[in-house]
Amino acid sequence: MTQYLLTVHGSEEENAAVPESEWPELFAAVEAFNQKLQADGVWVFAGGLEGAETATVVDGQGDEPVFTDGPYLETKEHIGGFWILDVPDLDAALAYAASGSKACRGKVEVRPFQAEPPTDA
Amino acid sequence: MTDPDTGTAVERIFREEYGRLIASLVRRFGDIDVAEEAAGEALLVALEKWPETGVPPNPGGWLTTTAVRRAIDRLRREKVREGKHEAAAMIHDDSPHEPTGVIADDRLRLVFTCCHPALAPETRIALTLRLLGGLTVAEIAAAFLVQETTMAQRITRAKSKIKGANIPYRVPGPEDLPARVGAVLAVLLLIFNEGYLSAADGEPVRTELTGEAIRLARTLHELMPEDLEATGLLALLLLTESRRAARVREGVLVPLDEQDRGGWDRTLIAEGHGLVRQCLAANRPGRYQILAAVNAVHTDAPTAAATDWSQVVALYDQLARIDSSPIVALNRAVAVAELDGPEVALAIVERLPLEGYHAWHVTRAELLRRLGRSAESREAYDAALGVCDNTAERAYLTRRRGELVS
Repeated sequence: MTQYLLTVHGSEEENAAVPESEWPELFAAVEAFNQKLQADGVWVFAGGLEGAETATVVDGQGDEPVFTDGPYLETKEHIGGFWILDVPDLDAALAYAASGSKACRGKVEVRPFQAEPPTDA
Repeated sequence: MTDPDTGTAVERIFREEYGRLIASLVRRFGDIDVAEEAAGEALLVALEKWPETGVPPNPGGWLTTTAVRRAIDRLRREKVREGKHEAAAMIHDDSPHEPTGVIADDRLRLVFTCCHPALAPETRIALTLRLLGGLTVAEIAAAFLVQETTMAQRITRAKSKIKGANIPYRVPGPEDLPARVGAVLAVLLLIFNEGYLSAADGEPVRTELTGEAIRLARTLHELMPEDLEATGLLALLLLTESRRAARVREGVLVPLDEQDRGGWDRTLIAEGHGLVRQCLAANRPGRYQILAAVNAVHTDAPTAAATDWSQVVALYDQLARIDSSPIVALNRAVAVAELDGPEVALAIVERLPLEGYHAWHVTRAELLRRLGRSAESREAYDAALGVCDNTAERAYLTRRRGELVS
């Protein structure tokens, strides 16, 4: 089994393109998708994020941590939410990502987590 | 001392067996790098031993056994050095024992991995040629006109994506199979086309690529005999290849209607026609089957004038219903010109948004020429030459342009 991070990417404009009247429908679709993930036993974690303007970048490498207001990447597109799934392989992850993309009406990036380092157990 | 003849024989056998060898090692060890290293070591052993002992009766089996032993030895050594249990798990072959029918062929799993939709198209082509075709990185780089280091990087990156993202070695399930087979067939056709109408400066036809595409299409057809599109693609490649010898004369492309049909390969044509008949009998047409049928009509005609153009137009009509691309419409227009005249065809061609495509300019040039519109025809030949890379086709277009009087 491999764990995958599925991130939803989009810009403010893209998010605004969904009229408020359709939000309940969108939330219901995402909720139904989340329930399917749990029923299939592949769910690890998921969540939607507040807007990128609420982000703070922290650099703790120096003597004193430096805090910077705003997101790390200066782009229009930001991560709006994510899922972490535990599935047999990339084909399974891509199939879930396609359903998730349809439900949340956004593009989804699929990225594997590094395999856990072997232990000497 | 290695006898040069035996050395060449060993390399030829190795190349023929490479896809099968790598695929079986990948299934066993679950890792492409381990498989390639073990295969390389087995080749070295064969080059050393076979000149003395002679080529064994089952060279493929011999190479596989030798490679597996080498891989296990290597993994044991690494296991001892690293003190990790990981390697032990890889030595244990826990893949389920499936029936040994063709569908379980390891090469079939591997071709779906190489042509996985999560890999970029040019990467799929390179991986397929490397792992299933057994071409060296240098050969693939030369075929696609890129630096060897660039191609090596591309292949290395692809292999690490397969490993890191856990792209499976598996024949896809029935619901995904048609789309995934389509991706494999598209890769094989791209390999063939790159060979058949090469953009390279040197040879107009790169037979190492056309030959490899046919070999792989044949393998795929053997592995999936019930897949009609795989049958159609093999037929398409064979019928196209059958005209190769007549297609270029003294470095100049010879168009279909001027080709010496006595120079066409009758064996390939017979095989291609047999496959097309199988497709027609099944009556579940698809893109490659229809294109094969078009080529069957051409290769069936004893002379260019005897071509059944109404059949060709009907086939392109059928193709246009499943593929609305302007390139299909362009090919249909070429047949329409033979059936309904150049004026009707030109009206169709003018509407197509294909200004960047050399075949569009060539078709326009030929139609304008037949309509006696020489000045416009000349301009169209100029435009075609501006976007055409193939040396033989350039020579042909230059000749045609030169034949215009005004």
